[in-house]
Amino acid sequence: MNAALPIIALAVLVALGLGLLARKGRDMDLEQWSVGGRGFGTLLVFLLLAGEVYTTFTFLGASGWAYGKGGPTYYILCYLTLIYLISYWLLPPVWRYAKEHRLYSQPDFFRAKYDSPALGILVALVGIVALVPYMVLQLKGLGIIVSTASYGEVSPNVAIWIGAAAVTAYVMVSGVRGSAWNAVIKDVLILAVVVFLGLYLPYHFYGGIEPMFRAIEAEKPGFLALPATGQSATWFASTTLLTALGGWMYPHIFGSVYTARDPHVFRRNAVLLPLYQLMLLFVFFAGFAAVLQVPGLKGADADLALFKVSIEAFPPWFVGVIGATGVFTALVPGSMILISGATLIANNLYRPFRPEATDASTARLAKIVAPLLALVCVAFTLHGGETIVQLLLVSYAFVTQLFPALLTSLFARNPLTREGAAAGMVVGVGTVALITAGGYSLAGLFPFLPGALKDLNVGVVALGLNVAVALAVSLATRRAAGVPS
Amino acid sequence: MRPMNLLALLPVLGMLIGPFFLNRVEPYVLGMPFLLAWLVGCTLATALVMGVIYLTDPENRDANAK
Repeated sequence: MNAALPIIALAVLVALGLGLLARKGRDMDLEQWSVGGRGFGTLLVFLLLAGEVYTTFTFLGASGWAYGKGGPTYYILCYLTLIYLISYWLLPPVWRYAKEHRLYSQPDFFRAKYDSPALGILVALVGIVALVPYMVLQLKGLGIIVSTASYGEVSPNVAIWIGAAAVTAYVMVSGVRGSAWNAVIKDVLILAVVVFLGLYLPYHFYGGIEPMFRAIEAEKPGFLALPATGQSATWFASTTLLTALGGWMYPHIFGSVYTARDPHVFRRNAVLLPLYQLMLLFVFFAGFAAVLQVPGLKGADADLALFKVSIEAFPPWFVGVIGATGVFTALVPGSMILISGATLIANNLYRPFRPEATDASTARLAKIVAPLLALVCVAFTLHGGETIVQLLLVSYAFVTQLFPALLTSLFARNPLTREGAAAGMVVGVGTVALITAGGYSLAGLFPFLPGALKDLNVGVVALGLNVAVALAVSLATRRAAGVPS
Repeated sequence: MRPMNLLALLPVLGMLIGPFFLNRVEPYVLGMPFLLAWLVGCTLATALVMGVIYLTDPENRDANAK
């Protein structure tokens, strides 16, 4: 046994212990369990919002992209910054409405705004379909991290089972409070580890940041900028914008908005969180440091770049610390996803068909659903698949389809009817599914497009169709109802 | 909408339009490839602009007085 393993095991125990303690004798009704009694202040909401976005994707995916793709990876910094910029105006009205109507989940919001239980069910279905790959992503990342950091002593499958069991246990006991407490440790750890790695690795291997970039440029000219075709500037701009719009549409992120005590919490965080994104810069640095040091990682293995280069540079105990940080980056978002997914199923898919259900019975059901959902995610995880970033992009494209109907619902006069909103979502999600299943790109679909347009993120097509159908159907339903539009 | 809110468009445009014109590795700025340095600059500008918007937003007056 090496020194890394006990440190990783300790991380899992601490996460479990803190998660269980977070309950602190509170009665876990639905409002406490799902949205923390709507009592979190600026710091806890900061950690939850940052904690959900800083996932294993940040740790492995962003460094893996820097390693494998170079310049295009900068989009991650941009979309995360824009997510928080948007939050200044988006979140306060969402929060206020949710508090007034005592909402627990994202589908609740659509159901209430459009006065349509059916739309709530549709949104819940889209949410579940997007949450499962997101959870799979966390579990996959956890498996990779623990097996690599333990130098192969723990297999990924064993790590995935242990991680899923720990997170399920504290979710069932403490709900979102367990996530918040663990988010505190996670953010301290990740900040320290990432900044250290991002500075140490370039200096250790190259003698500095600029020497590192010059060495990469000499070896692979143009790698540090965007390519002329493919992931070009057009791809960059469209992908950044799409992912920024979709960012708040994940059910677990949307749900964490409800935990805030007052709307000022969001405005303050909109100033602080863009600065916090600079942490990504150090993740990029660490990924770039690996380019010339551990060459030859292809495809899904690119996600291992950060760990491979760390194993070259550090003693086992420190690799264990990095592994422990990785465990937290998987467990915190994983717990939010489980809470949110279980709330969606119990409150938005089951309850509409059971008029006699109360908040208390719904809360009990949600706590039973959580372990079942975890099992489903583990099953999907163990059946392998694409690399981490690709999985995330699909679920992102799904939830982004909810954005138009959310945005217009905040207008004083909503141009969309419930039928229009639903039709737009169905068409948007269907388009994403077709495009993904067929492996299409814009260049493949429309070979006659001028060069620059061919690189547009294909999600733009889905979102465009979504908006067009939503507006057309809304107009038609208004006409049919005899309401002047 | 307050006119001050339009300030927020600056970093957004910088991130989305900038890469079409500034997609280059050299010159290095603070050790970073030029495009990366530009985008880091846009991120800092976002925090700055949001700070200005926050401080001038009448909605936040009660919060700050507390």
